[in-house]
Amino acid sequence: MITNIYSNYSKNDRSSLIPILQDIQEEIGYLPESELKRAAEFIGIPLSTVYGVATFYNQFRLTPLGKNIIRVCRGTACHVKNSANILQALETELRIKAGETTRDKLFTLETVACIGACSIAPVISVNDEYFGRLNVKDIPKIITKYTRESKLKKSAETTMAGQ
Amino acid sequence: MIELTINNIKVKAESGMTILDAAKSVGIHIPTLCHMKELFPTGACRICVVEVEGMRGLTPSCAYPVQENMVVQTNSSRVRRARKTIVELLVENHPQDCLICVRNKNCELQDLSEKYALREHRYAGEKKDHAIDISSASMERDPAKCILCGRCVRVCNEIQKVGAIDFTNRGFKSNVTTPFNKGLNISDCILCGQCILVCPTAALREKSHSKEVADALNNKKKYCIVQIAPAVRASLGEEYNLPMGSNVTGQIVTGLRRLGFKKVFDTNFAADLTIMEEATELIHRIEEGGKLPMFTSCCPGWVKYIEQNRPHLLDHVSTCKSPHEMEGAVLKSYYAKKMGINPEDMFVVSVMPCTVKKFESERPELSSEKLPDVDAVLTVRELVRMFKMAGIDFDDLPEDNFDNPLGESTGAAVIFGSSGGVMEAALRTAYFKITGDNLENLELNDLRGMGGIKEASIKISDKDVKVAVVNGIGNVGKVLDKIEEGSCDYTFIEVMACPGGCVNGGGQPIHQKPEKIRKRVQSLYEIDSKSSSRMSHENESVLKIYDELLGEPNSRKAHEILHTTYVDRKIHFRK
Repeated sequence: MITNIYSNYSKNDRSSLIPILQDIQEEIGYLPESELKRAAEFIGIPLSTVYGVATFYNQFRLTPLGKNIIRVCRGTACHVKNSANILQALETELRIKAGETTRDKLFTLETVACIGACSIAPVISVNDEYFGRLNVKDIPKIITKYTRESKLKKSAETTMAGQ
Repeated sequence: MIELTINNIKVKAESGMTILDAAKSVGIHIPTLCHMKELFPTGACRICVVEVEGMRGLTPSCAYPVQENMVVQTNSSRVRRARKTIVELLVENHPQDCLICVRNKNCELQDLSEKYALREHRYAGEKKDHAIDISSASMERDPAKCILCGRCVRVCNEIQKVGAIDFTNRGFKSNVTTPFNKGLNISDCILCGQCILVCPTAALREKSHSKEVADALNNKKKYCIVQIAPAVRASLGEEYNLPMGSNVTGQIVTGLRRLGFKKVFDTNFAADLTIMEEATELIHRIEEGGKLPMFTSCCPGWVKYIEQNRPHLLDHVSTCKSPHEMEGAVLKSYYAKKMGINPEDMFVVSVMPCTVKKFESERPELSSEKLPDVDAVLTVRELVRMFKMAGIDFDDLPEDNFDNPLGESTGAAVIFGSSGGVMEAALRTAYFKITGDNLENLELNDLRGMGGIKEASIKISDKDVKVAVVNGIGNVGKVLDKIEEGSCDYTFIEVMACPGGCVNGGGQPIHQKPEKIRKRVQSLYEIDSKSSSRMSHENESVLKIYDELLGEPNSRKAHEILHTTYVDRKIHFRK
């Protein structure tokens, strides 16, 4: 729940919709339904319009991000090198579609237009690590690596909290 | 005046006119999809492109104003090729199920496909895939059939100012839908169906009750009764290619009997009854200091709107049930008893120009002991489909009269179908009830026509009573704001959700002919002016039912059968 962002805006001003959405996302990390309703009421426009804008722009997210963000390059060079198969392999492995987050909130899968690493196509990035010249067989290994790391981190945190 | 040349024809046009309209004035038709008369052009669909000499690309004629000495080609091979490609791309991303589609033979995409002679599938590719939304009681949304022209969005946002749907996502994933792609039933939608009337395809359509009705008609145990709304008689003929505004009451009655209905009644009877109750309620509120202004409650779209948006003002709304619900309630109580029929065996069907009436008929408040007042609601379109399936052709169909007693009505009832009609009818009776005389001039012209908010002031005995008619739900916001501010000096306000009233309801025949509302309204006022009796308090059958059952208007018994309650449906912020 956020309270302070609305003090920067005046009520019933349509032009403040995008800045308000940006502020909400900045604070919470995504755009929850309840906050979109609040924004609609504040600006005095239908919720459908707010939802339309929030889904139009790539920068807005309607679901919270996972711990690890996987970005699959769908640029031309990667496409030629079969990045569609890489994406499919990730979708199968994680059991989600591009743009979604796994149930355990460990992974968010996204596609990007071009990462800018065409020489090592096809390429994906996980958080700020890059994996190039990929083969679909590499995918399970990468996922296992991050699942294990996240679990280790979590158990370390609980131990710390226990002490 | 501006002079230009379109297809080698010299055309004179007013400055500011679009190429589209200028071409139309000399009989040159340019196809459109996203274009809506009276609204600012969006130029989104590009089907109306034309070639303008000296301009590089093709120009959307719906959005481009005429200029002096302009030379336009609307039918060059370049234009035809561009239009054909647009239609081909739309068709390829559209389900190919015309033969089993509810809009077969009344579909703008189908028309264009025929006009531009599509004979092969040239673009194979991924097709959009969206689930059908059947969550609401009145309407279905089938986004797979949507061609994204945006007319529904504009009617919902700019005309009705409801804003239940909008464009979401982008590119190939673009979709017209509700917030969070949830069901219409939990959106801001009031189910008025104006979007259905403008949809070029079957992406928006009513939820059909025709199977339920057919089953009931086949069921020997059921005593099937039907009633038709005032606005139905002035529009149904259009589905049989009769001139707009033809009064086909007699043929509808015959058709309904041939479908197998035991009794055919007129919702107009209940409209007269509504006036008796509503006028009396108004007088009580004036005399005893009740909540004023009082709103009419005939329009379920309006009722749903205020329940969802300003529930704190609900005590301004008359508690009268809408006419077809009153008719149903009287049928299942008074009439059932009189005829010795078990109300559980009765099946009451309403033929309505409306989609919200389907939702309304399912409201638990509008039933007694779990028996709904009305069992099924058919739109005009559904009834015509049943007629055609049953081989009922209007060409040589004899006319017939309604059954009695619930078929008798006055001229005051039939104008319910037009914006301003309920107010006019109510004032005729309220004036009589207060003064004991009839109004000198029964026709209140200030309340007629297509104005958004129509006002009139009427001197009743020594009091000036100020009334207003809100024509279209998009105009109601201002009035409600005034009430909240305490600056509203109206005594009585009629609200109809659809612009023009029920003659333009969401259940009416679908076509984009501009004269339809005016012609249908004209037809209703003509029926009124030719009626032998034009005031609800002169309806003998209505007076009789007060004698035999109800006592007097607003009596305890009348409240039990003819009045209802409302629900707070404010969904925003509801957890």
